[in-house]
Amino acid sequence: MTNLSSEQLTTLAASAKLKRVGKRQPIPSYIVDTWNRRAFAAALARYQLEASTVKSSLGVAWLVLVPALQVAVYGLIFGMLLGSSRPANYLPYMITGIVLFQYLSGVFTDGAKSITGNYSLVRSLNFPRMLLPVSAVLSNLYRTVPLVGLMLVTLAILGEPVRVDWLLIIPVLALMTVFGTGLAMLSARLTVHLADLNQLIPFITRVAFYVSGVFASVDKIVAHYPSLAIFMNGNPVHAFLVIARGALVSGYAAGAMDWVVASAWALATLLFGLVFFWLAEERYGRNV
Amino acid sequence: MSKTESRRPVVVVDNVKVTFRLFASGKRISPSTARVKHKGRLREVEALKGISLVAYEGETIGVIGTNGSGKSTLMNAIAGLIAIDSGAVYASSRPSFLGVGAAMIRELTGEKNVILGGLALGMSRTEIREKYDAIVDFAGLRDFIDLPMKTYSSGMVERLKFAIAAAREHDILIIDEALAVGDQDFRRRSEARMRELARNAGSVFLVSHSMKSIMDTCDRAIWLDAGLMKMDGKAVDVCRAYSEYVGAPLDD
Repeated sequence: MTNLSSEQLTTLAASAKLKRVGKRQPIPSYIVDTWNRRAFAAALARYQLEASTVKSSLGVAWLVLVPALQVAVYGLIFGMLLGSSRPANYLPYMITGIVLFQYLSGVFTDGAKSITGNYSLVRSLNFPRMLLPVSAVLSNLYRTVPLVGLMLVTLAILGEPVRVDWLLIIPVLALMTVFGTGLAMLSARLTVHLADLNQLIPFITRVAFYVSGVFASVDKIVAHYPSLAIFMNGNPVHAFLVIARGALVSGYAAGAMDWVVASAWALATLLFGLVFFWLAEERYGRNV
Repeated sequence: MSKTESRRPVVVVDNVKVTFRLFASGKRISPSTARVKHKGRLREVEALKGISLVAYEGETIGVIGTNGSGKSTLMNAIAGLIAIDSGAVYASSRPSFLGVGAAMIRELTGEKNVILGGLALGMSRTEIREKYDAIVDFAGLRDFIDLPMKTYSSGMVERLKFAIAAAREHDILIIDEALAVGDQDFRRRSEARMRELARNAGSVFLVSHSMKSIMDTCDRAIWLDAGLMKMDGKAVDVCRAYSEYVGAPLDD
């Protein structure tokens, strides 16, 4: 038995320059740590994707096939429902909307599960917990990039002129990834505190789907219900769709201001998500 | 107990208390739900009732005690993986568990699991590449490494887990019953590797029910009983006292 008093133990620890275990690191070194361990987040994302498709005969092809089928079904249903009130150049408009929306909704949904769904990992290994939501983002990015390729081919087949502007899809995806990382960290921490939130997530993404101008223009809705303008226009998902369509779909233009708005959303969300997630770093995996 | 003021302390545990507050359903209470009035159905389990200890550089400490005595809780507290209610744990670097089981994915090949497990432990890709052959050979899985892990026997999986985790040097290492895996030959090799790790590590904690492996590998042992430190001293003495207490002869 240690016959030292608590004060003596504290002094002993201090004189040997020992650090308190489980204490949260300051944010700069936390970010550096996360960056140094990024290979783990990337490998986890890739291998979990691979494992999820290993049982089916078409394998990884499903990761692209499922969203492609979704686009087909939505296109058919909303195309008929909307009738003459369809936005101009409807098919390219709707395809870009749905493909890019599923990236953000995937990030939000998988981010929410990134800590709560990996408790065994969190409880047995030491690593910056931020790697888990980052891994959820990467996993969705790996799925989205081939899908965006398929989308561009489809747009060309539908008769959209192939323009140099199409290259702007790269910064669009980059900004969405920055935004998505913040979003994933936000949902990752929220579900840790409130497990019940997981039940609400499909509902939240569904609402976002309807109010973000994914398949129909928000302008017409706002014209009818001006009080909804704030939900429709002050909406980051909509901001990303505006710059994406400006780059890809003829008949739609995005100005410098639209890019500024989208970038501001991306950076602000990342910063907020980062700090919000980091503040609870020492609590992940401990309160269950 | 020998006075060891000259040696450098690497882990200081200062009066650590851990209480699990549970609903009768077994659901853990979080700060946000604690405010809800559940008084009648509340259960408090005092897992650690104030444990203090100092581990010095180069020490291998055996941890013994009956099931539910708080061994695993203490190890989790030292590793910083659970929240402690009062007291503090100080360490020269963050203690790590010898184990990568949680990072592994059964559907993937042994090879990919070596990479993933290595990255999870904080190795770099180059480091894993350098140690890859040694890990596979140590696990004795050269002929099966390209097969999915779900095709392995449980012994093979345990061997692979140990081989990956033991490939890396750790400053402060916690081993929970790791030696009970594999066949005789593997057990002999893993014990040797363990002693090697302990020589290079700042300090090692070994949780085991086997008095023989504690006495073989540790110089010091602590005995936990109902969340309290019952004894702390030379491994042989503590093991003998514990064996008498539980009424089982010391197997030597």
